[in-house]
Amino acid sequence: MIELRNVHKAFGSKHVLRGIDLSVDQGRSLVIIGGSGTGKSVTLKCILGLIRPDAGEIIVGGEPVTTARSAKAREAFLARFGMLFQGAALFDSMPVWQNVAFRLMRGHLKRPKAEAREIAVAKLQRVGLGPDVADLYPAELSGGMQKRVGLARAIAADPEIIFFDEPTTGLDPIMAGVINELIREIVTEMGATAITITHDMTSVRAIADEVAMIHAGKVRWSGPIAKMDAATDPYLQQFITGSAEGPIETLR
Amino acid sequence: METLISPLALLGRRSLAAFAAIGRVALFFLSTLSHMARPPFYFKELLQAIISIGYFSLPVVGLTAIFTGGALALQIYSGGARFNAEAVVPQIVAIGMVRELGPVLVGLMIAARVTSSVAAEIATMKVTEQIDALVTLSTDPMKYLTVPRVLAALITVPLLVALGDVVGIMGGFLVATERLGFNPAGYLQNTWDFLEALDIISSLVKGAVFGGISALMGCYYGMNSGRGAQGVGRATKSSVVAAAVLILAANFLLTQAFFTI
Ligand SMILES: Nc1ncnc2c1ncn2[C@@H]1O[C@H](COP(=O)(O)OP(=O)(O)O)[C@@H](O)[C@H]1O
Ligand SMILES: [Mg+2]
Repeated sequence: MIELRNVHKAFGSKHVLRGIDLSVDQGRSLVIIGGSGTGKSVTLKCILGLIRPDAGEIIVGGEPVTTARSAKAREAFLARFGMLFQGAALFDSMPVWQNVAFRLMRGHLKRPKAEAREIAVAKLQRVGLGPDVADLYPAELSGGMQKRVGLARAIAADPEIIFFDEPTTGLDPIMAGVINELIREIVTEMGATAITITHDMTSVRAIADEVAMIHAGKVRWSGPIAKMDAATDPYLQQFITGSAEGPIETLR
Repeated sequence: METLISPLALLGRRSLAAFAAIGRVALFFLSTLSHMARPPFYFKELLQAIISIGYFSLPVVGLTAIFTGGALALQIYSGGARFNAEAVVPQIVAIGMVRELGPVLVGLMIAARVTSSVAAEIATMKVTEQIDALVTLSTDPMKYLTVPRVLAALITVPLLVALGDVVGIMGGFLVATERLGFNPAGYLQNTWDFLEALDIISSLVKGAVFGGISALMGCYYGMNSGRGAQGVGRATKSSVVAAAVLILAANFLLTQAFFTI
């Protein structure tokens, strides 16, 4: 479904991605783990075409994404995706429900305002937010609530591919559990393909079919979740156990 | 941190950078035009931009114009007195406001008020990934953010200039009739008889061009903002400086085009 081959990306002299190889099959849930600043978010943005890789191939549904396309083809491509940004990236000029229903209020998915609002309220409910939140502005919400609104926006149009960038960061453990369950449901019920970035090992175990660990711009380890604990890779083990001792450098 | 280098090298480096920037701005302008011509069109955003750029600029334009018109009348009266030409106040105020001061001052006020806020808003959207979010929601930021603001400025700034011209002439009128002893009816008659169609057309054209420059610079620097709060600050500052300099340069070129025959 989604495949990355030898993807490189540098910002100035900072070489962030140094040959990423990844793949996810349709209807599967891949979780990407790895230290901060290792290029996990950049990887997702490359797949969406928000960042153009310097080298390598990215293939979605059999088609390379890097080739120039018409505006129409690009819109059709993006219509298949939902994305939760790390910082939620809500539009602060509009109330919460219009954020969630953004895609349902323009373009070819456009529908009547009342219906769009109804869907938005239903999606907010799914992420544990009541209808009273719908008319607030993003700036009036806590970070965790913004994150959940971002999640509701990502799933609003029932996309077939969904990216979650740190969906549970900043949430209390109970709400994190709710979100983990929701992501699992979206994959199993809707048959969506999901890529989730997280630092939270509880999340990893709850969400993942497959796990990939990125370190130093490359995929250090990847495989099914069942094999993760038995894997002998010292980098992966250090990350799983959260130990300060190990091959991953910690500056202290 | 920029290390200290010789002024000549700095000048060379700056001019190279300036040429590259002019090229990028020109491309941005062409891209805006091509997006303007093709659907989808966002009318609600256009209306919002018209209100925030046009309507909310009314007070600042009015105040700028009335004081300038008044000061102009005083200056021309005292300057004219040196060669017994005090009587030309209505004519010179009219031509000075309509051809030059109306468009330039309104343009600069729009650069201060609109360019800065557009740049800061779009740059903030950029650093908080809202622009990326727009793209992933199948909405082109050029169409959704840039086109409505540029169109709104092209529509409203000529009207603001027209208003500034009238209010400026009124300012001159008030000072001339209340303080300098001019006859009100004669003052208005002289103003009206003296102005030509070309004066007014040039004023409106300048308004459109300066408005377009203001909105375009705000959008361009916003969209190309660096990361973080520092990036937003730098984008805002650069956008206002660029808009002001371009407005003054364009004013010279337009004046030359209209009035040297
Ligand atoms: N647009 C950009 N311009 C310059 N540097 C960037 C940009 N986006 C990300 N980076 C840099 O790339 C590195 C990886 O970023 P990111 O993918 O966000 O890390 P993470 O793995 O924590 O998600 C960071 O050092 C970041 O500063
Ligand atoms: Mg990240």
